[in-house]
Amino acid sequence: MNPTPAIEIAGLTKSYGDVHVLQGVDLTIEKGNIFALLGSNGAGKTTTVKILTTLLKADGGTATVNGFDVATQADDVRGSISLTGQFAAVDEILTARENLILIAKLRRQKNPGAIADELLARFSLTEAGNRKVATYSGGMRRRVDIAMSLIGNPSVIFLDEPTTGLDPEARLEVWQTVKELADGGTTVLLTTQYLEEAEQLADRIAILHEGRIIANGTLADLKAMFPPAKKEYVEKQPSLEDIFLAITSKSNGKPASTTTVKES
Amino acid sequence: MNTRFFGDTAILTGRSLRHIGRSPDTIVTTAITPIAMMLLFVYVFGGAIDTGSTENYVSYQLPGILLITIASGIAYTAYRLFQDKNGGMFDRFQSMPIARSAVLWGHVLTSVVANMISLVVVVLVALLMGFRTGASVLDWLAVIGILALFTLALTWLAVIPGLTAGTVEGASAFSYPLIFLPFLSSAFVPTDTMPAPVQAFAEHQPVTSIVDSIRAIFAGQDPGNEVWIALAWCVGLLVVAYVLATAAYRRRFA
Repeated sequence: MNPTPAIEIAGLTKSYGDVHVLQGVDLTIEKGNIFALLGSNGAGKTTTVKILTTLLKADGGTATVNGFDVATQADDVRGSISLTGQFAAVDEILTARENLILIAKLRRQKNPGAIADELLARFSLTEAGNRKVATYSGGMRRRVDIAMSLIGNPSVIFLDEPTTGLDPEARLEVWQTVKELADGGTTVLLTTQYLEEAEQLADRIAILHEGRIIANGTLADLKAMFPPAKKEYVEKQPSLEDIFLAITSKSNGKPASTTTVKES
Repeated sequence: MNTRFFGDTAILTGRSLRHIGRSPDTIVTTAITPIAMMLLFVYVFGGAIDTGSTENYVSYQLPGILLITIASGIAYTAYRLFQDKNGGMFDRFQSMPIARSAVLWGHVLTSVVANMISLVVVVLVALLMGFRTGASVLDWLAVIGILALFTLALTWLAVIPGLTAGTVEGASAFSYPLIFLPFLSSAFVPTDTMPAPVQAFAEHQPVTSIVDSIRAIFAGQDPGNEVWIALAWCVGLLVVAYVLATAAYRRRFA
C-alpha cells in the first residue's frame, strides 16, 4: 500500500582517499515532505546531495529518487529532479528572464517565454526581470535560482544550503519561497547547518554527523529524545536578529514580504 | 540522446554566444595583443628582417599573427568554462535531463565563432597596413578551414585547464606558452638563421607547417606537402586534446 518514497537511501558510502565522508547513510523520504538534512560543515550533506542528483557516484550502497536508481537510471532521475546548489547557479551575464527561458528550453517546455514571465511574477521579479543578474542582491539571485529549479515541475527539489551567505532579510525571503513550494506538493530535500532553518521549514529532520544519520524524525520526535525541558525564568531580551530586522525592515515588521525588492 | 545532443548544443551555444555579444571586450582584448605585435614587427623589426622572399613583411608575418590571435582567444574559453564550473552552472546542467556533452560543445563552438570574429578584425587591420593577397575564394576557404581546425584543436586543449584549474589565473595561464610558440617558428623570420637546436625545434612543431601553408596560399603558390603536415598536426592535436578533455570531464562529473 505504501507509495514509492520520493527518496530511498540504503547503506550509502563515499570516500575521498582516506576521508570517509559517508559511512553508511540510510534514509527514506516520503513524497510531499520538506525534509531537512542537518549537519555541520563537512558532515557529508553536499556529498549526499551530489550522489542523489547524479553528479557523483557512490562507492557503495543504493539510492533511488522517485523510484529510479541513481546509478543505473541516471537519466530518469535527472528527469524527476532539480538541484539548487550551494552557490546560486545563475548566469550573471544574462537577465533573470533569459536564465529562466534557457532552462525552459533545455527542459523542452512549450512557451518558454510565458513560463519565464509567470515565474518572474510569482517571485516578484517582474520589474527586475530584464536586468542582468549581476546587478541583483544575494536574495534576488537565490529567488531566480529557485525559480529556475521549478521549471518543468520536477517532483523532487534539492536545496543545498539555500541560505548560506545570505543576510537575514534574504533568508526570510527564501524561507517563504520554500514554504510555498511544499504547499504545491513538491518533495523538498533541504540541507542546512542552521538549526533554526530546519525547525522553521521541515516536516522531518535528519541529523547527519560524521557520515551517518544519527537522528531522524519530526521536530517533536527529536525533542522527545532529549531530557525533558527544564523550566528556567530568564528575562526575554530581543535577539540581535530581532533588532536587526526591526531596524532594517522596510515593511513594518513583515520582513518576509515579497515587496522588499532591493534597487541597486 | 542524439536528437537531444544537437538541440541542447544549439541552446547552450546560443547562451554563451550571448555572453560574447554582451561583453565584446573579449573580442577586442583577444585582437589587441596580436595587433600590437603586428605593429611592432612590421614597423620596428620588419625593416631589419631579411625574409628572403619578395612579398612585403606585413603579408609575411600575418599567418603567425593569426595563430597568436587564436592562442590568446582560447584563454577566454578556459575562463568561461572555469566560471561555469565554479559558479555552479555546470552542476545545474549536469543534474538536468540534457545531453551532458552538449555543455562542453556549447563552449567549444562559441570559442570557434569568437575566434573567427577576432581573426577578421586582425585581418582587417593587416589590410590597412598593406597586406595584399591574390587568394581566390577557394584559397580563402582553405585558409579559413586550416584556422578553424587549429582553433578547434586549441579550444579542446583549453577545455582541460578550464575544467581542472584551481584558480582563474591558472585556467588562462596555459595559453602563454602557446602564444610564444610562433616565435620559435618560421612565423617572423626564416628558420635557417636559427642555431641548429632551435631550428630543429622550429621545423618540427605545428606552427611552422601551418604558417608556411597559409603563407604559400596567400602568395598564390602551391603549399605542396606542407599543408598535409599542417593538417596532420591539427587533427592529431585535436584528437589528443579531445580525448584528454573528455576524460577530465568524466573525472570531474563521474
